[in-house]
Amino acid sequence: MVAVCACAVINWLRFSMAAENSALLGLVEEFVSGQVDSKATETAEGLKNGHFTVLQLVEALGFSLISSQPQTRGRGVQLLSLVLQECYSSLSEKEVEVLLAFYENRLKDHYVITPHVLKGLQALAKCSVLPPGSAVSILKSIFQDVHVQSLMLAERSSVYSILISLMDSREEELKSLGADFIFGFVQSVDGERDPRNLLLAFQVARNIIYRGYDLGKFVEELFEVTSCYFPIDFSPPPNDPHGITQEELVLSLRAVLTGTLQFAEFLLPLLVEKLDSDVQSAKIDSLQTLAACGQIYSHRELGAFLPGLWSSIRREVFQTASERVESAGLSALSSLVSCLSRSVLDSNSEDSLEVFLNLVLKDCRHHLCEPDLKLVWPSARLLQAAAGASYRSSLIMAQLVLPLLLEQYSSSTQGFVQPTELSRPAEGEESVLVGFRESLCSSVFSALSESSAGLQLTASRADVEKAVDHLTRLVLDEEDAQLSSVRRAPAVCGSFGMGLVSPQCGAGELSGSSAGNGGFSVEDVCTVCVGLQRIAQQARDDEEIGRFFHENIIPRLLGLALQAALGSKDSGSCISPLADEAVLFALVPVASTACAALQTQAASSMAAQTVALFLDGDVSFLPENAFPSQVQLLQADSRGPSQLVCLLMACVCSLPRSVEIPELERLLLRLEDLSCSSPHLFSYTHASKCFAALLFSLLSDAELGSEVAEGFRVLMSDSPDVLNRECHADVRIMYRQRFFHENSSKLVQGFNSAEQEKKSHYLKALSHIVNNLPRQVQLTELPALLPLLLEALCCPDQGVQLSTLCCLQPVLLESPAALGSQLEALVSRLLALSSSPAMKVRITSLSCVHALARLPEALVLPFRARVLKALSAPLDDKKRLVRKEAVAARGEWFLLGSPGGR
Amino acid sequence: MAGGARLENANPLIFQRSGERLLTATDEDEDVADPFDDREIFDLIRSINDPEHPLSLEELNVVEQMRVNVNNQESTVSVEFTPTIPHCSMATLIGLSIKVKLLRSLPDRFKIDVHITPGTHASEDAVNKQLADKERVAAALENAQLLEVVNQCLSSRGL
Repeated sequence: MVAVCACAVINWLRFSMAAENSALLGLVEEFVSGQVDSKATETAEGLKNGHFTVLQLVEALGFSLISSQPQTRGRGVQLLSLVLQECYSSLSEKEVEVLLAFYENRLKDHYVITPHVLKGLQALAKCSVLPPGSAVSILKSIFQDVHVQSLMLAERSSVYSILISLMDSREEELKSLGADFIFGFVQSVDGERDPRNLLLAFQVARNIIYRGYDLGKFVEELFEVTSCYFPIDFSPPPNDPHGITQEELVLSLRAVLTGTLQFAEFLLPLLVEKLDSDVQSAKIDSLQTLAACGQIYSHRELGAFLPGLWSSIRREVFQTASERVESAGLSALSSLVSCLSRSVLDSNSEDSLEVFLNLVLKDCRHHLCEPDLKLVWPSARLLQAAAGASYRSSLIMAQLVLPLLLEQYSSSTQGFVQPTELSRPAEGEESVLVGFRESLCSSVFSALSESSAGLQLTASRADVEKAVDHLTRLVLDEEDAQLSSVRRAPAVCGSFGMGLVSPQCGAGELSGSSAGNGGFSVEDVCTVCVGLQRIAQQARDDEEIGRFFHENIIPRLLGLALQAALGSKDSGSCISPLADEAVLFALVPVASTACAALQTQAASSMAAQTVALFLDGDVSFLPENAFPSQVQLLQADSRGPSQLVCLLMACVCSLPRSVEIPELERLLLRLEDLSCSSPHLFSYTHASKCFAALLFSLLSDAELGSEVAEGFRVLMSDSPDVLNRECHADVRIMYRQRFFHENSSKLVQGFNSAEQEKKSHYLKALSHIVNNLPRQVQLTELPALLPLLLEALCCPDQGVQLSTLCCLQPVLLESPAALGSQLEALVSRLLALSSSPAMKVRITSLSCVHALARLPEALVLPFRARVLKALSAPLDDKKRLVRKEAVAARGEWFLLGSPGGR
Repeated sequence: MAGGARLENANPLIFQRSGERLLTATDEDEDVADPFDDREIFDLIRSINDPEHPLSLEELNVVEQMRVNVNNQESTVSVEFTPTIPHCSMATLIGLSIKVKLLRSLPDRFKIDVHITPGTHASEDAVNKQLADKERVAAALENAQLLEVVNQCLSSRGL
């Protein structure tokens, strides 16, 4: 019956066409019977060039199309299909119609023909002149007559291509097929396994979903037939011949699954289920798919699944060790939240966003409140993700979380640090926090100002540090950025400052009255000082804060320190932490930073007040004035008060240079006294530092001896307290070089003319200066100074010896020429020092001896025997580090002038 | 010798070098005396270069800390070294280098004994005898060629 039908078509063709084409017949004959594949191309050429028409071709094929051998029929159809693939665009509507009828009919023929038929249909489906109704009939015959999944890979691919072509050109017709089309597609795809075909199938499915085909009652079937591939686990075969990646498949499947709201009820449970999977890529894919759902779904679709989804996400974020899973989880959460935020509220239902966020918070709250547990961070990230999703969610989150954090803060300080840090990301929407800024700040203040009882005592140092850090950032960075609230900054800062100062007050009183456990440790107070200094530093340009420091904080600090100092002098046994040197040390940067920032007027009054306090004991500007009227602060014998000279230094030495310091002469005199006569190390170092800062001219005065020489060190090295740029010391470039040039000759002169016992001061000063010089300058200046430095090596002061050795050693390596004439003296001195009582001197001198071995052989060879002999003693030094240096030096000298050596 | 046409052991096993000795607080303390210990002696000899290979004795496992013994009180040092192969003709030279290094680096009071790890070399006794003989060691160092090789072994590498 099939053959009969084919005959009818051919007869009809013969009827309309007449011309006989022997050439064509030859081609057909060779292709069909001769199995010469290349003839197909020639035939297509001929058709394109108009030597014959497609109908003539069919006619010529006649004998093979009606052959009783399926193979021959297949060969005939194959030739026709191959030609059509080349020439489908030139066909007329009539021809297409006829050919379609023929091909649809051939689908019922023997299975060996089907592949060729599908190829032909694939070509015809691409025709622009497809007659109306033909798309539907093609599909109907394919769906009816072909079982797609029993076809070979290439034929299945043809079917999908036909679908794609027809969907592109005949959308209306296909839609008229309604759910039948969906059903047909579902049936053809069901069981597909090849990734290439899957990509095509997914494209068809995507077209179905996005182009609005009616899924009818086949929603679930379509979902099933695609979702069965989820999550995709595909690894391309070795050498990857088709260039298909897992990524490509995942994305196209995801587009299908998340393409329509109708899938929601099936997809969401599937996702929850796949999240339980042990395979990490499955989890990530599920979470990413969920995130994609969030973009199109509304709260209606999500509603019922929210608790399940949330608990899966939470579990993943809490438990995973993988960052990818965690970030996928977080973005899924934030996508869900933003989806809920978009939803329009019904008047009668509750706000699903709020409900969901409450749920989130309920599960996280417990972890937030127990910051010891590891889950704090994951909880925090979940909250951040939820809060960051939309404006509404951040509002709700802030409302829910901040009170919790605050409450938690006030109930236990332990957890404070982390939650405050956590709350920061929630500040993404600036205005959200406005309402809380006050309470945030005030809670911090209240904590800090709460005197001895409870908090301060229990708060660990890190807490305070964090608080200070956080607060300054909050207050200074953010408020400065917003002009409107700038005015609040001083007030806030002020109360912060007071908060810090008042507990100190408490501490002072506490330790004053009840001897024994002073309540505050030195570390606490130091931390507070660091905090204050940071504030002063950050608020450098803020006049109001500057004034606040000037009027309140510094006097207060001075007062407290003075009180403590006097107290420690009187009672002796109980020493307030504020009298501790470490605390004073910490106070210095506070005062100097604050004073450096003062405006001229405030600065001069500061100078006047401080000088008056220190010279005359004028305590009138200090708060809580309960001091004896005449305190003597600059007296050498009183340990306590004289310590405060460091504060004098801090306040006065950092003031701008333009500020006149009153009674400078008298001050210098007293300082000089103190620095020379104080038995107390802390006092006199600071006195002399202070002094050095004020007085350049006195430095070359020989009278002050050793302290002056130390002063040189202060001058030349970078001291953090005085003479740095922050303190308005006029630091000019190359000041060290200049200073050296201006003063070295004076020093040399002074040295030469000085009495024997004072010479060492000069040497000390010189070695300090040279040691701080840049290397280049050292090298050029060395020849002139070498005699003096050698002299310095003989100086009994170990500090001088070490300092000189340190500057000699690198020079020895770089500038041998300068040493020539002095080598004899140098070697003797160095060898003598190798038995010095100070270990460091021994080590450094030995490393100098080592360096000497690298000098040109002619220079040093004469010393070889002597050095080797002298070095055998330090080989048995009691310190291993010395021995090591001696071994290295001796080994090198052994090699000197020996065959195979240097 | 080192650049000779034919190496006796062309592809030796290479061992990892040990790190620098860690500094302790007592090392820095002026008042504490640090006695000589095995590690200190080992540090002296571990960086000696092999005469054949551009590697140190430590890297070739010729010397090991466990084969170094020092007695600070009795002023004795004993070092055993293990030639890489039992027929190594360099064994005497290696022993000589170790001996010279120790002689140059240790105070006079120490009696220094360098010998081959028992059972690791074919002519163990002969080499040991040679190394133990002061006169022969001194005579070897009079020989400029030998001294040159020893000095090359003792030069710090990379300079």
